[in-house]
Amino acid sequence: MTALAADGVSVTLDRAPVLHGVSCAVPGGGWLALLGPNGAGKSTLIRAMAGLVRYTGTVTVDQADARALKARERARLLAYVPQEPVLPPDLTVTQYVLLGRTPHLSYLAVPGRHDRERALAAMERLDVAQFGERRLARLSGGERQRVVLARALAADPAVLLLDEPTSMLDVGHEQQVLELVDDLRRDAGLTVVSTLHDLTVAGQYADSLVLLDAGRVVAAGSPATVLTAPLIESVYAARVRVIAGDDGHPVIAPVRRVERGGRRDFPGNTP
Amino acid sequence: MGGSGRVRKMSALGAAAAFLVVAALVAAFVGAADLNPLATAAALIDKALPFLRLPSSLSSVDRAVLFQIRLPRVVLGALVGGLLALAGAGYQGVFRNPLVDSGMLGASAGAGLGATLAIVYLGGAGPQAVPVAAFAGSLAGVAVAYGTGAAAARHSVLGDGVATLLLAGVAVGSFLISVQTFVLQRSAPDIGAVYSWLLGSLSAASWQQVTTILPYAAVSSVVILLHGRHLDVLAVGDEEARALGQRPDLVRGIVVAACALAAASAVAVSGIIGFVGIVIPHVARRLAGPSYTSVLPLSLLGGAAFLVLADTLARTVLSPAELPIGVVTALVGAPAFVWVLRGTSHVST
Repeated sequence: MTALAADGVSVTLDRAPVLHGVSCAVPGGGWLALLGPNGAGKSTLIRAMAGLVRYTGTVTVDQADARALKARERARLLAYVPQEPVLPPDLTVTQYVLLGRTPHLSYLAVPGRHDRERALAAMERLDVAQFGERRLARLSGGERQRVVLARALAADPAVLLLDEPTSMLDVGHEQQVLELVDDLRRDAGLTVVSTLHDLTVAGQYADSLVLLDAGRVVAAGSPATVLTAPLIESVYAARVRVIAGDDGHPVIAPVRRVERGGRRDFPGNTP
Repeated sequence: MGGSGRVRKMSALGAAAAFLVVAALVAAFVGAADLNPLATAAALIDKALPFLRLPSSLSSVDRAVLFQIRLPRVVLGALVGGLLALAGAGYQGVFRNPLVDSGMLGASAGAGLGATLAIVYLGGAGPQAVPVAAFAGSLAGVAVAYGTGAAAARHSVLGDGVATLLLAGVAVGSFLISVQTFVLQRSAPDIGAVYSWLLGSLSAASWQQVTTILPYAAVSSVVILLHGRHLDVLAVGDEEARALGQRPDLVRGIVVAACALAAASAVAVSGIIGFVGIVIPHVARRLAGPSYTSVLPLSLLGGAAFLVLADTLARTVLSPAELPIGVVTALVGAPAFVWVLRGTSHVST
């Protein structure tokens, strides 16, 4: 099992600083969720971990500096799934999943029998093998997300870096995908780092959370320590109530503004 | 690729190879000189299989027509067509855009300017000057467009280096064409010669031309064909390609250089022939799916067969006069392209 850590990671995009010395770590087999409002730097942190943006500071994979890894070595260890993956519409599911074997192929190599077997195993694991010949354009949202995960898994990675893996899914498919990721973590010992927009869901699945705001870590630790009403209200500028769920995980319920004088108090309304 | 995908690819490749053989035979049998088909076949088999000695009733003049005029033209046409279609397919993969042609990125405009300069200013330098100038102009056009585009992409607001490169190609192309127009406008007597070159022709085909471009054709084709898998990876975008351990800029540079070399070799001996680089890869995609591991070899074979047939039409329709082959490919290619587009549910970029 592979541990992953960021230490003092700063990123500047188009001359604008996006991350300021962010540190966080996840032990091998753990699930770390990155939280924060839009623009807090969650996606940028995950992309820095994947080596896709320039950063200062260090990212370590099992105590080794990620910069020392060659691009293909890094890609074999860390599988990255962006928030909106590009799905060439006419490619079949099988062809697409096989692209996940790229990190294992030397420059002039072509995928061999072993690569096809690993791709098929990933497709079976995510229950998409039965429509391997279907074009990507013909997939539903839930199928698409499983196919993208199958491509990530086909590389036999040690760490899954998932940027908003469920943002396009309804609540049922969201649960289905997150349960699948959790199963993969338990069965294959995968380490998971994901951004998640739903705070309750993040507390249910991840075992540690990092709350980012404006490129800085505001809070880090277990769901119970990070998901508190004062923290969420200050970072998100939201009104919430935190309820203890049946299983002990915090449930974050948004609270609507109280009525005043029979009218809802919208920002534009003057009382 | 799944089992059925590979069967589809292999049957499409087999069909394209058979199509090429048939096209080459038709081209060898048809022409201004009326050769006896049976005697021609016998002479061809005799030449192709040295251990077999077949008597042929072909006269020595007919033999010369077959082996020194028709065959080099068939082989050259196949080479040019294959190179143009392969380069078009390669560019389409690199730029993730099925409407890019082999003449993009300043290639055709550079070749046109090179040939124009050679015709206008080096008229006395002999017939070799024009192909060399077209070859150099085509490569220089791509180099300038690619260099400009790559430099601009660093400061671009378009975010994607691909769009910047294509726009740089359009700008450089327009600039080169305006220079060419200026040169041409100042030397009216050469307009006829320049236009007949621009419209494309294989009428000067010789074995010497074949052997001249063969090394460039071989090197560029092998390099492009080896990158089918990489072009498939590029289809998911630069960022995901990098996450998969690929270096998109390196792949793009290598494939663009090979495509530029392929297109420049073709243009040097044929002039500017349009549509092959768009239509043939499109048909290949319809036949065998979007994976470049099949689109590239299919384009090579299909482009070769298509141009051999187009050239046969070009030299027989108005026989003994000839149509410019660029006119034939556009006349046949444009309607075929519209037909292919009609059957495409969407354009995959």
